[in-house]
Amino acid sequence: MTTCLCDAFYADVAQASVEVLEYLGCDIELPDGQTCCGQPAFNAGDWASARKVLRSALKTFPGDKPIVVPSGSCAAMVFHGALLAFEKETDLPEVKALGGRTWELVDFIVHGLGITEWPGKLDAKLTFHRSCHLRGSESPQAISTLLASIEGLEVLPIDEVEQCCGFGGTFAVAFPNVSKSMGELKVENLTKPEPDIVAAADMGCMMHFGGMMDKKGIETKRMHIAQVLRDSLKNAGKI
Amino acid sequence: MKSLQKIDIAARDLSEEVHDANFIGAKMKSERRYAALERDYADPDKLRETAGLIKQHTLENLDTYLEKAEAALQRNGAKVHFAVDDERAKQVVLDIMNEHGCKSMVKSKSMLTEEIHLLDFLEKNGKEVVETDLGEFILQIDHDHPSHIVTPIVHKNRRGIAKSFEREGLGDYNDDPETITRRARKFLRQKYLDADVGLTGANFVSAESGRIALVTNEGNARFCMAANKVHIAIVGIEKLVPSDRELGVFLNLIGRSGTGQQLTVYNQFIGGPKSAGQPHGPEHMHVIFVDNRRSEVLASDCREILRCIRCGACLNVCPVYRQSGGHAYRSVYPGPVGAVLSPLLAGNRFPELADLPKASSLCGACNEVCPVNIPIPDLLLRLRDKAKREKAGDAMKGTPDLTMWAVLCSQPTMWKTALKMGHTMNYIPTEMIPHPSAMSWQSQRKLPKFEGGKFRKWFKNHKSN
Repeated sequence: MTTCLCDAFYADVAQASVEVLEYLGCDIELPDGQTCCGQPAFNAGDWASARKVLRSALKTFPGDKPIVVPSGSCAAMVFHGALLAFEKETDLPEVKALGGRTWELVDFIVHGLGITEWPGKLDAKLTFHRSCHLRGSESPQAISTLLASIEGLEVLPIDEVEQCCGFGGTFAVAFPNVSKSMGELKVENLTKPEPDIVAAADMGCMMHFGGMMDKKGIETKRMHIAQVLRDSLKNAGKI
Repeated sequence: MKSLQKIDIAARDLSEEVHDANFIGAKMKSERRYAALERDYADPDKLRETAGLIKQHTLENLDTYLEKAEAALQRNGAKVHFAVDDERAKQVVLDIMNEHGCKSMVKSKSMLTEEIHLLDFLEKNGKEVVETDLGEFILQIDHDHPSHIVTPIVHKNRRGIAKSFEREGLGDYNDDPETITRRARKFLRQKYLDADVGLTGANFVSAESGRIALVTNEGNARFCMAANKVHIAIVGIEKLVPSDRELGVFLNLIGRSGTGQQLTVYNQFIGGPKSAGQPHGPEHMHVIFVDNRRSEVLASDCREILRCIRCGACLNVCPVYRQSGGHAYRSVYPGPVGAVLSPLLAGNRFPELADLPKASSLCGACNEVCPVNIPIPDLLLRLRDKAKREKAGDAMKGTPDLTMWAVLCSQPTMWKTALKMGHTMNYIPTEMIPHPSAMSWQSQRKLPKFEGGKFRKWFKNHKSN
């Protein structure tokens, strides 16, 4: 699942995800009819619209193959949010089945494929934004495990790691003042340790706080975790 | 901007002084909470889950447990009352005071009394009421109301309080916290002695023994019962736990979760009125169980919120609460728990508070710290759905209409066309897009470059090579 944001704005993140999974021996299919997971409408309270979009996803992703998404929040929408939105619907079993085989990218690599060491090389200092939709999932641990094993990479701790960046989908436009204050704090905490790279596992968060960094002229490089994994493989001559 | 949400306006307009008091207070308590739980438990989440299960079980069998509690309390010599709503609850308190010929009341902290506006009612009926929790006392003299469940005056600072004390004739201006506390203490001591009736809330009620567990840091609930003949405990029906045994779980969690204390300073267990051999204590004990729409909440799909033990951990960790403060929520219960509970308890006034569930980025920090593991984000989402379906109040203010977007996203051909057309975005100054959401976005952030379809093209070539 590409995610709508990667489809529209972040082609290289989707490409990196494919390259990383192919390096691990996966055969990737890209169902042509995919659009979005429905999360913007779900979070906005428009569950009828969210169901419409999710039903389209049901048609686009038939079968029983694992669905891998380079976004913790889209993955959580499919395996958690969708169950709420379909609670009283007759196609709840299909939605459950879809959720049951949907994985966040790094969770899939570590817990789906059993990879616990990453043979990459990246001489850099990095701070990581623990996107909120990874909470309660296996992804944060999976990401820490892989990052820690990359040769030359130093992950710098940040303050207030549990605090949200202030994106929250339509929250960011409906509550611009609160969202801005939250974003500024997050940018400060992520850049204070002077990293070479600010990384995240969700382009939603990155679009928001990255857009704030651009507006403020903060030039620290931003990378999705898939790009970190892919680039480190390239540096190590593995791909 | 016309489309701004009320909480966003409140956050924008908050003075730096109050913002910092809220923010620093909340952050500090969050950090203490984390330290206290991590230090003492190998897996604090297991304890939270256990507590959540106990509360959920109690709620699902609330009818049985209420009957048990009533019987136990009566056995202990207490008189039990049930109040269906706020009006009834207030009347019961007044009737009890009149029955015993009471004129003045000292009371300890109780959010339920805030919820039903008990003070105003009793004062209008000629009774004197004094809040004895220091924070609540300060709110009372300032005619203010709590901005936090546990630390009600987190929005105030000592300079303001010193001015209030000076105004009330409690001494010359002095903003030394110890002096302020000593002055309040001296003033309140006489009030304890003069009062006829002491009113408390209840943190937990054991259905099996009828024992009421009360936690305070100031010991004021004990003082409220020390020198008068009548004790009234006013209790929300959701405060029950099955038996004394479960209190161990909750007393260990409530202090750690709320303030990072291993145990709240005073833990009081009230078994009933003074018994024959007991030299001191109230001769009469009245327990009022208040529903006030809790049964409706229990029947709704948000019933998990009734597990709440009012520790305030979700407020402290919430980034929206930290930025906007408790008063922004325009209701007795602020923060994440309030954003769920307040609209539900509002009954047919739901539309007035239907915007509260929107005031969250759904980050889930509240769920992560909740001592009874309430899935607050899920409940916020359910209420957003309800508000949208019922077209309630200002809930949708500032949220773009996603109907057309949903059509686009459920028609793959249209979606792909849009991916191509979107490129025009790169040729116009995006600051000029005349859509309120786009303008709101652009005011703080730059939009990334549109590259719709680029990945699909790459993938196609990549596969064919």
